[in-house]
Amino acid sequence: MTKSTTTVPQQRGDVVFRTLVTGAGITIVSTLGAVATFLVLESLPALNPAAEIGSAPEGFVAYVTPLVFGTLLAATMALIFATPLAIGIGLFISHYAPRRIASVLGYIVDLLAAIPSVVYGLWGIQVLAPTVQPLYQWLNEQLGWLPFFEGPVSGTGRTILTVSFVLAIMILPIMSALAREIFLQTPTLQEEAALALGATRWEMIRMAVIPFAKSGLLSSAMLGLGRALGETMAVAMVLSPAAVITFALITPTNPSTIASTIALDFPEAAGLDVNALIAAGLVLFVITMAVNVTARNIITRNARKGAH
Amino acid sequence: MATPVIRLAPWFNPALAIACLAIAAVAFSIPATTDGTEFNIFGTVFVAAVAYAVLSFVVTLIAQGPRIAKDRLMTTLVSAAFAIAVVPLISLISTVVSLGLARFDGTFFTSSMRNVVGEGGGALHAVIGTLEITALAALISIPIGLLTAIYLVEYGRGRLAKWVTALVDVMTGIPSIVAGLFAFSLFALFLGPGVRMGFAGAIALSVLMVPVVVRSAEEMLRIVPMELREASFALGVPKWLTVLKVVLPTASSGLITGVMIAIARVIGETAPLLIVAGFTQSMNYNPFDERMMTLPVFVYYSYASQGADTQAYIDRAWAGALTLIVIVMALNLGARILSRITQPHTAR
Repeated sequence: MTKSTTTVPQQRGDVVFRTLVTGAGITIVSTLGAVATFLVLESLPALNPAAEIGSAPEGFVAYVTPLVFGTLLAATMALIFATPLAIGIGLFISHYAPRRIASVLGYIVDLLAAIPSVVYGLWGIQVLAPTVQPLYQWLNEQLGWLPFFEGPVSGTGRTILTVSFVLAIMILPIMSALAREIFLQTPTLQEEAALALGATRWEMIRMAVIPFAKSGLLSSAMLGLGRALGETMAVAMVLSPAAVITFALITPTNPSTIASTIALDFPEAAGLDVNALIAAGLVLFVITMAVNVTARNIITRNARKGAH
Repeated sequence: MATPVIRLAPWFNPALAIACLAIAAVAFSIPATTDGTEFNIFGTVFVAAVAYAVLSFVVTLIAQGPRIAKDRLMTTLVSAAFAIAVVPLISLISTVVSLGLARFDGTFFTSSMRNVVGEGGGALHAVIGTLEITALAALISIPIGLLTAIYLVEYGRGRLAKWVTALVDVMTGIPSIVAGLFAFSLFALFLGPGVRMGFAGAIALSVLMVPVVVRSAEEMLRIVPMELREASFALGVPKWLTVLKVVLPTASSGLITGVMIAIARVIGETAPLLIVAGFTQSMNYNPFDERMMTLPVFVYYSYASQGADTQAYIDRAWAGALTLIVIVMALNLGARILSRITQPHTAR
């Protein structure tokens, strides 16, 4: 009974526990440091200009440039397809759907995020590619004078355009979930004020919701882009790759992406090829990190702006 | 100029939609009945939707003026965006279920692919591999993730906490293949190039899983009311016991939900396991030695390297995909139901 009055609640347990949880925090910091260090260490041999890499006889830069191009092309196109859809879905769930079923609808879209990427790959190659192939044929006949749709048309539909369709579907859930959150944060008073002045629902959205959500939408697009850049299996399975730089989207020779090249080549690679692939992974790491940090900066800058 | 205002009956738009669908269905069934080609359901819906969007816009424009018409058009477009997102989901799930059921049988779950050429064989070795590697990854990530979340919520002040928060964000964005390359580089440095083992796969998955656990646990710990902690302090309970006996039990259902979702997130990962766990046709129970098959890699490999009897390989790939989806959906639904049941006032 009298024991607790004399002991200060700063016990040995407290010290141990504090050390333990701080240690966990430090583990995170050091893990990320280790990721960067090991990737750099293992890619150094390939970055040496004198290195003779079997899969890249003209040096690492010539090897990685078409891959960076393909990665950026596929991810950017996916973003172009996904952004309007994600905004539409976010608006539909936050402002159009009846409130009672809104959360169920949100869950249905979230289900898309739960599906493993290898299943998307299988679906993309067996269902989507044959379905869109006639569309490519038609696009080439009607709009073949555009560089994007020049022939020869791929007979299988396994082109970079199909890949970006699959990527767009894969980044939709994260982007629409973020858009929904942002739309729901619009000050209700502003929405009601717009409606009270006689605005239609769309006018209210354009005047009150969209201006409020603009920067949030930008950062959600950046996060979606980050996802699309690093997606591996769906691209590796759907695309029929070649080491080219081209804007032709529906031909059988497509620029490959960094991630899919690693997945396809790594199991059979040996010697310096392994180092070259790891160096390519390092490039991907740097690109996605730049994109994610930009997204994060937009968010924090906004949080600060909102606080004042 | 005053725009003419005629009120349209509330049933007008639904009726117009049904009419468009009916007319499109009739138009599309003419070639289907005459030349026996298949009825094009996507074409029907697409044509009907475009017709509805145009007609409802024009009618509203004439009857109620441009502002209302624009509003109507946007409602159609926004609803269409949602519908477009649901189409791939339905197509994907129906394909996986219908094609996956062909080999979703007893043999599939009781045998490996050892010495199997063509028909037969199964994914038992892959299921075992997935379970072992995911369990190891969970064993590594859950303690680190929970402790980090406790650090951030209960102890974290100053520069280290800021760094940890920022780096957890960065970790969320690491592409899964880069996590695989990291695990490979780590093990290759000590065990030589060409290293492949299940445990390395678990390390790669942990890199992906830890930030998810931290994020969700942090959120759950933050919503534990401050009053509970203060009441406990007032009774003279030291901080570490307060965290262990008051905060964690209060947040427990949310923490379990978060962990289940994190497991669901990594159990379908393919790319890192393809790199560091490799693939094999045989059973391997030891995650610390030799190649280990996993379910996602099994799906990929069955498709990517088809033998002479292609159909048997493709059927196995779809059966594996169905198994994966069932596991992931079960984890997600379980987490949902759990949080729904225990949500109101867990602190009793």
